[in-house]
Amino acid sequence: MPDTAYASDTAASNTSLRAYLYGLPGVDEVGAQARAADLSTRSIKTTAKRAAIDLAISMVDLTTLEGADTRGKVRAMSAKAAHPDPADPSVPRVAAVCVYPDMVETAVAALRGTGVGVASVATAFPSGRAPLEAKLADTRAAVAAGATEIDMVIDRGAFLSGDLRKVHDEIIAVKEACGTAHLKVILETGELATLDNVRRASYLAMLAGADFIKTSTGKVAPAATLPVTLVMLEAVRDHHAATGRRIGVKPAGGIRTTKDAIKNLVLVNEVAGAAWLDPALFRLGASSVLNDLLMQRTRLTTGTYPGPDYYTLD
Amino acid sequence: MADDDATTAGNRPALGTALEYAPAPESRSVVAIRDSYDLFIDGVFTPAKSGERITTVNPADEQPLAEVAAAGEEDVDLAVVAARRAFDEVWGPMPGAERGKYLFRISRILAERAREFAVLESLDNGKPIKETRDVDIPLVAAHFFYYAGWADKLAHAGYGPDPRPLGVAAQVIPWNFPLLMLAWKIAPALATGNTVVLKPAETTPLTALLFAEVCQEADLPAGVVNILTGAGATGRTLVAHPGADKVAFTGSTAVGREIARVAAGTAKRVTLELGGKGANIVYDDAALDQAVEGIVSGIFFNQGHVCCAGSRLLVQESVADEVLERLKTRVSRLRLGDPLDKNTDIGAINSAAQLDRIRDLAGTGQAEGAESWSPACDLPERGYWFPPTVFTGVSQSHRIAREEIFGPVLSVLTFRTPEEAVTKANNTPYGLSAGVWTEKGSRMLWTANRLRAGIVWSNTFNKFDPASPFGGYKESGYGREGGRHGLEGYLV
Repeated sequence: MPDTAYASDTAASNTSLRAYLYGLPGVDEVGAQARAADLSTRSIKTTAKRAAIDLAISMVDLTTLEGADTRGKVRAMSAKAAHPDPADPSVPRVAAVCVYPDMVETAVAALRGTGVGVASVATAFPSGRAPLEAKLADTRAAVAAGATEIDMVIDRGAFLSGDLRKVHDEIIAVKEACGTAHLKVILETGELATLDNVRRASYLAMLAGADFIKTSTGKVAPAATLPVTLVMLEAVRDHHAATGRRIGVKPAGGIRTTKDAIKNLVLVNEVAGAAWLDPALFRLGASSVLNDLLMQRTRLTTGTYPGPDYYTLD
Repeated sequence: MADDDATTAGNRPALGTALEYAPAPESRSVVAIRDSYDLFIDGVFTPAKSGERITTVNPADEQPLAEVAAAGEEDVDLAVVAARRAFDEVWGPMPGAERGKYLFRISRILAERAREFAVLESLDNGKPIKETRDVDIPLVAAHFFYYAGWADKLAHAGYGPDPRPLGVAAQVIPWNFPLLMLAWKIAPALATGNTVVLKPAETTPLTALLFAEVCQEADLPAGVVNILTGAGATGRTLVAHPGADKVAFTGSTAVGREIARVAAGTAKRVTLELGGKGANIVYDDAALDQAVEGIVSGIFFNQGHVCCAGSRLLVQESVADEVLERLKTRVSRLRLGDPLDKNTDIGAINSAAQLDRIRDLAGTGQAEGAESWSPACDLPERGYWFPPTVFTGVSQSHRIAREEIFGPVLSVLTFRTPEEAVTKANNTPYGLSAGVWTEKGSRMLWTANRLRAGIVWSNTFNKFDPASPFGGYKESGYGREGGRHGLEGYLV
């Protein structure tokens, strides 16, 4: 890990930013895929599985990001976020719900006093193709409505065309607009294409002040793959070693089963380390995974699968 | 987030603490181990005329697994005679396409009984079930499948229009990859029309005996494969037998020399796959996280019981501290323990004798002034165990930089320039394997072209494939196994 923190002028120009990000150690795609595949063979059973399921539930950002979202839909999802299994009060609540800015007010009202956070996507999600002023207004509106977390998208076009400074400065501007709300920066790794780019974009976001780095919008395939999450976990681990600051990671999109969730937790455990096994530093952006986690949890307690009809569909 | 809100009922998981993996043992019940095994000669299990027996133990807990026969001179005679008759009457004259069918059948049965073989290999050898399940046994089945395909295409292999088999092959294999080494020996020999007498290692005979059952199940003609268990004396008798046309050996350089002496002046053809002291070269522009993975799999895969292990890490001085820091963090996460646990990364050392040798050489490293580091790790009370160990401050003149340790012990050396890396890498009597880590293609090719090693891995390590030839330069032996090249040692 680099033994010095970033020089103060790293982001002074596009040239210095480029020199820094392209000076990071490369990522060998074949090796990273092999490592992720190797870790996904870990066998998590019995007591370990029970602990992992509860941890995973407490890390879920329960998400609805549809054009068809309504206040009713958001209220229903919020109720589930606070009490995922009405039949079993020992189930932990999820970390947060994640909605569009115009639904924040509804979610905040529905979740008052539950401890569940309200995250909002912003900055012209999912494409990010809007003027900066619009992105900032989007962000401010969500924060004003009570969002405690903002999930922004980076300008992938700028990143891929080499205008790293633009990506960097936008993140700084959005961070400022967030005020006290936590900022998650969505890299949309499916559009960055290479793991080298994933590492560079991760550092770019951390350098600009992200509290979390997030894989995907969920609107582009592939979304959160294990090798991508691996590289991002390595980035936050190395960033912590260099600066003492811990940045969170959120894989989002494509995590549907308990097995998927547990594979992610194993990656966290063995790559970033135990400190990241905390919803303050690791989230799972998902929706359908929650019912599978609940079903597996009941299975561990009672020995039988109750069937999908026993879990709420919202 | 407000984590401790009073209105939310329920248990909150402990945060920021490691996920403890519960024991996940693979079941032993898939394999039935008999109390006692005879020799496999001429298609049947036959009591040894020698009357001698040896016991094989589970190195993870020192409990005896089974007694096996130790073949004597008479037994070796019988096996060679059976192999000769099978060669003359059945296997030699058989069309290649027919031989191929038997090999395909063996490959299929091995794949079907993979779990049984994986558990037995893990019990007898001490290596983690993760490796026998995901590496050893799949490669074994793939090796037979690969050579099955060659059996009817030998005229197109580049060894003349009508290459002929040699006859009877005497084959002696080591304990580190018991069934895989059996496959490397038997598959090409059979594909080319030879018959074999194979001696597995003294401490790991069980999967070879289970393989004999597979030969029966596949209806392989009697005498084509003969398995003689025993110790060093059995191996010596076998390779010196005048009825053997070919000797194939994998093991230590010292024994390889002895075999070469015995075969000198006879008509026997010999291939030897011997020791190594592989260099793993990490340049400063390497993909460091993946290089660290490669360093770990290079030396800690199979407890370092690998002839082609990357036991010498040559790291460019400008990134040495960073690489070592990453390496130590990574090694600290390795899980050592019960080989049958699916989450075990490092299993048991195969035998008390090997453990003594590792301890002796590691002690030498410390005495010579190198600095030894191991992660905090509890070793089981029973069985043969050695923690993963990294020696820093090693120089070319230290014994641990020159001698093969054959254990989970890495020697770290540094270099300044590509020339120095290549010079140091080649400065060894061995020449089996090497690894090179750089993101720069031209430097990769420049380095690989100058390394005097039979295998050079590019941005990876310890990767095997039946289509890829394997073998050494210098005192690492001669001849190649695997791929088209692996046919040559069994053809005239």
